[in-house]
Amino acid sequence: MIVARTGNEAMAEAMRQINPDVVAAYPITPATEVVQLFASFVADGLVTTEFVPAESEHSALSACVGAAAAGARVMTSTSSQGLALMHEILFIASGLRLPIVICLVNRALSSPINIHCDHSDSLASRDSGWLQIFTENTQEAYDTTIMAVKMAEEIMLPAMVTTDGFIISHGMERIELIEDEKVPQWLGERKIINNLLDVNNPITLGMLDLQDYYFEHKRQTIEAMNNALPIIEKVQKEFGDAFGRYYPIVDEYKMEDAEVAILTMGSTGGTGKVAVDRMRKKGKKVGLVRCRIYRPFPKEAMLKAITKVRVLGIMDRADTLSTLGGHLYNDCRSILYESEKKPLLKNYIYGLGGRDISIEEIEEIFDQLLKIKDTGKVDKDIVYYGVRGE
Amino acid sequence: MKQEKKGWRELPIGLAWKSGTSKEFETGDWRSDKPIWDAQKCTHCLICWIYCPDSAIIVKEGKVQGIDYKYCKGCGICAEECPPKIKAITMVREEK
Ligand code: SF4
Ligand code: SF4
Repeated sequence: MIVARTGNEAMAEAMRQINPDVVAAYPITPATEVVQLFASFVADGLVTTEFVPAESEHSALSACVGAAAAGARVMTSTSSQGLALMHEILFIASGLRLPIVICLVNRALSSPINIHCDHSDSLASRDSGWLQIFTENTQEAYDTTIMAVKMAEEIMLPAMVTTDGFIISHGMERIELIEDEKVPQWLGERKIINNLLDVNNPITLGMLDLQDYYFEHKRQTIEAMNNALPIIEKVQKEFGDAFGRYYPIVDEYKMEDAEVAILTMGSTGGTGKVAVDRMRKKGKKVGLVRCRIYRPFPKEAMLKAITKVRVLGIMDRADTLSTLGGHLYNDCRSILYESEKKPLLKNYIYGLGGRDISIEEIEEIFDQLLKIKDTGKVDKDIVYYGVRGE
Repeated sequence: MKQEKKGWRELPIGLAWKSGTSKEFETGDWRSDKPIWDAQKCTHCLICWIYCPDSAIIVKEGKVQGIDYKYCKGCGICAEECPPKIKAITMVREEK
């Protein structure tokens, strides 16, 4: 069915069709709508979900952890400070290997207070052992929310599916919905290996684990991450086979013969693709790479994509505040260390706090990258693109 | 003797373990003060039993039998909570 939906509506629809056993949530801008819409689905009897309106994000995710440990299929939604308040519990969810799915609407972290998009919230949580998938548009957000449930349950790690705050969350797009009954059919039942409610085999979860065993348990979580990519790929293929929409680990756009490219995440992928088309019309050999699966980091697929070009502009919508540039930039520099082919890199930190990035600006970035290709020199490796006073 | 411990591949996934293992974790040797229970004074109101955070007050058929020093951490809550007019529990320094 073809409909017009905002990103938040699309994610809420996906949640309605998934019909999770438990949703515990606290509303926070700009993800509030997801929870609000879902609460009305519960009130209207469209889902059988146990809805827990919690008094904070910390409580919301704690309730999710408890419910997931008891074998429930569990989801929530949040953004920015809300995710920051969940931070402590993020690690507990991944350590206990609970496949909770968060619909995360990317938004800047305070201070200064800001409700608009950048990626500082999810990227500040990147080391918490959650799968992180950045979507480019509403359709992808909807599809990925459904896929993430399966990925999380098969990998036994929690997952965040992100959309760009307001840009995707509140922007309306044409999307194709799957028929209601097909979603739970495709997902099947959650398989549970540790069931807190099995009174015949009582278990304890989340106990003390000191020098003796903490390291071993962490190692298991690391292994789950190490083994996650093939499972993600498999689920994406299954989804494609069932519903006709296939998604890549790393999205490559006009990269076959590209000489320079930009690497992006989230909605800038879409804007960038238009910029690529325009540059191509002018005869410039440019391309775009979009990091869709960010955690685990898709080393092989990323290397394959980015070593095709001589110059790569890496666009980070957050800064690590480490003096070393953005997250993607650091990840890419890291994987390129052992690579024989190394493109010249330039890091563009852009769009913090929702500052717009236009097609024209991306074209300008392409012009700069083409110039680097001609001269063979990167004038400045990290730039703050679009900030006044540079 | 060095005990053989399990490697990460052998452990159950997700930090799940059989329950009730805290019984094997005797906390009595942490104690620096020790509660002494006086059977003569005790009225068996069971306030100490309710308050003891380590379930170290031994009760059988509604009557206090004594204190399980394998688990008593010597926090003194029982002595504090025993009604002031009765004072059936007193804390003394643990002798080495
Ligand atoms: S001292 Fe503390 S731990 Fe020991 S019996 Fe009294 S209340 Fe329990
Ligand atoms: S609180 Fe005091 S009187 Fe009451 S049962 Fe315990 S020791 Fe006895």
